[in-house]
Amino acid sequence: MSKTLIEIKNLSASINGKEILKGINLTVNEGEVHAIMGPNGSGKSTLGYVLSGREGYAVTGGEVIYKGQDLVEMAPEERAREGLFLAFQYPVEIPGVNNTYFLRAAFNELRKHRNEEEMDAVDFLSVVKEKMKLLELPDSMMKRAVNEGFSGGEKKRNEIFQMAVLDPQLSVLDETDSGLDIDALKTVANGVNRLKRADNASIVITHYQRLLDYIVPDFVHVLFDGRIIKSGDKSLALELEEKGYDWITGKEAVAA
Amino acid sequence: MTATDQKPSGELGAYLSAFEEFSGTNKVPTWLSDLQRNGITHFTELGFPTLKQEEWVFTNVKPIQELSFIPATAPFATSIEIEKFAFKGLTGPRLVFVDGHLSHALSEIPELPKGIVVSNIASAMEGHADLLEKHLGHYAKTDESGFSALNTAFIQDGAFVYVPKGKVLEEPVHLLFISTDGDTNTANLRSLIVAEPTAQCKVIESYYSAGDQAVFTNVVTEVVVDESARVEHTKFQELNHESFHVATIQAQLAKSSHFTSHSISTGGRIARNNINMVMNGEGIECVLNGLYLVGGKQVVDHHTLADHAMPHCDSHEFYHGILGGNSRGVFNGKIYVREDAQKTDAKQSSRALLLSDKATVNSKPQLEIYADDVKCTHGATVGQLNNEAVFYCRSRGIDETNARRMLTHAFASEVIDRISIEPVREHLEALIWDRLEHLIED
Repeated sequence: MSKTLIEIKNLSASINGKEILKGINLTVNEGEVHAIMGPNGSGKSTLGYVLSGREGYAVTGGEVIYKGQDLVEMAPEERAREGLFLAFQYPVEIPGVNNTYFLRAAFNELRKHRNEEEMDAVDFLSVVKEKMKLLELPDSMMKRAVNEGFSGGEKKRNEIFQMAVLDPQLSVLDETDSGLDIDALKTVANGVNRLKRADNASIVITHYQRLLDYIVPDFVHVLFDGRIIKSGDKSLALELEEKGYDWITGKEAVAA
Repeated sequence: MTATDQKPSGELGAYLSAFEEFSGTNKVPTWLSDLQRNGITHFTELGFPTLKQEEWVFTNVKPIQELSFIPATAPFATSIEIEKFAFKGLTGPRLVFVDGHLSHALSEIPELPKGIVVSNIASAMEGHADLLEKHLGHYAKTDESGFSALNTAFIQDGAFVYVPKGKVLEEPVHLLFISTDGDTNTANLRSLIVAEPTAQCKVIESYYSAGDQAVFTNVVTEVVVDESARVEHTKFQELNHESFHVATIQAQLAKSSHFTSHSISTGGRIARNNINMVMNGEGIECVLNGLYLVGGKQVVDHHTLADHAMPHCDSHEFYHGILGGNSRGVFNGKIYVREDAQKTDAKQSSRALLLSDKATVNSKPQLEIYADDVKCTHGATVGQLNNEAVFYCRSRGIDETNARRMLTHAFASEVIDRISIEPVREHLEALIWDRLEHLIED
């Protein structure tokens, strides 16, 4: 049986005193892809941010055990160094910081953490080239400042590219499909599929089912009002696509 | 009535006696001695600026006045480790001035294309007196600022760069001004850069103090950019944190010319940079680019003037400040758009990043527009680093201190990247990275 990577137990979290997560339970094992779906405002992105350690989100109850450690106690950079990666819904632009430089700084932080030697610019470039080929990305992206002036699709591709280079054990993809055209969606999904291994895992947060046409999840969970109210296999996603969220959240469909 | 008859009381007296001694021993042509005397006259009238003067409300120069610096009539130090101050990889002409006087031993002038002159003012008096007489003191006013007047009174040496019509000086000229420890050392440095029609050159001025004592460098550089000529001027000031620096760059720009000024200030206790551009023809493009990086009790002040006298000229200003400790930054950007200057495109942006709670910035745009078909914008921001960006870096494994250092460095790089001279960029990038280690507070 594969090892447990992360165990979320009865997790509650709030922002500005408002409780958003109200007792989440989720276990992800190595080799698994979990999709988290749910209507807007159900707490999907909050879950991503809480897992990555963003400031301002207070964990008010429960616990998160990641690779045997108390995740909540770890600084965001420690989480990253331990192999946790959040692909942002809205990647941040960093003018003046070259994409390659930025990524090498991060890459070397991870290597230092593993007591490996830092990689020089030349060797790093060959790692970059290999991953770019894998994801079919244009070289020009690496010469630009981090996300600066990138289109929405480019930003999302860049997230997946960073993920490919940093090679995380647990990836949390926060609405990576939002705002993507079908080609970009395929690139992103292909990337995720190609990076999938027996010893890593992904949590794919999405509002729409369409990403799951390309990334096939092992489990689908429906998050509503801060709780997972239903879990199933990929057929659950198809059912949601067909019927919407109302049949499951208990709300009546309201005619527009 | 001569200047000295007025005998102003107190601190100015020392300067006047020094002037009498200086003008007595200094054999110069009449036009120059007239210019100098005009300078001391205005200096005695104006004195040092006070906080009550509009141009100086944010910067108190009393410490300069109180120390009563005496202009150095000869260099104090004889040996200088020049490699400490040179930019690695820069191979063009280099003039080194120690305490205001050219050091032949430290300077290097490779063979230059015919007609181009890179020399010191003192030597240029011999062969190029006509050019000096035509330009020196014609652009920088002495009746507005006591510092410019003082500088003019003591014109003795500085750099002279002359590129005649159609010539291009490919390699940047590096002018190094080093002040050494000595008795209350003042250097009045006067330079003149002339680019005739379609000529091109790049000039770097850098200012250093070799020791720990307070020195005062009082600088005036006049830049003449004739029709369709191009000049890129870089000024870098890294004096020790006891020292004082007041500098005026006065650029006179002709039709279709192109002028870029980079002003990088990291040193000094009080540093004031006046950068004035007078656009006297159509189709001029100029860029004023500046960066200051200060901590402790440092004060850095940039005053810019973009004087649009003619139509179709662009002036774009970008100033970035990074302030730690109790430091203070001042930016005052004046834009005049005169009646005839239709189709002016004047942009001004001043942005400051505060690394500590105690650092402050005064930013003041001053737009006076008398033409009606123009585009003028200004923006000033003062703030901290974007927390989203800090978190983004941390989520990739970079710790908070390094994330802050990286983002702050990037903010500086936006300015540094506009410098076209790679060795200068590399030097500054590294220097800023090092200094940020001390300035960033955990």
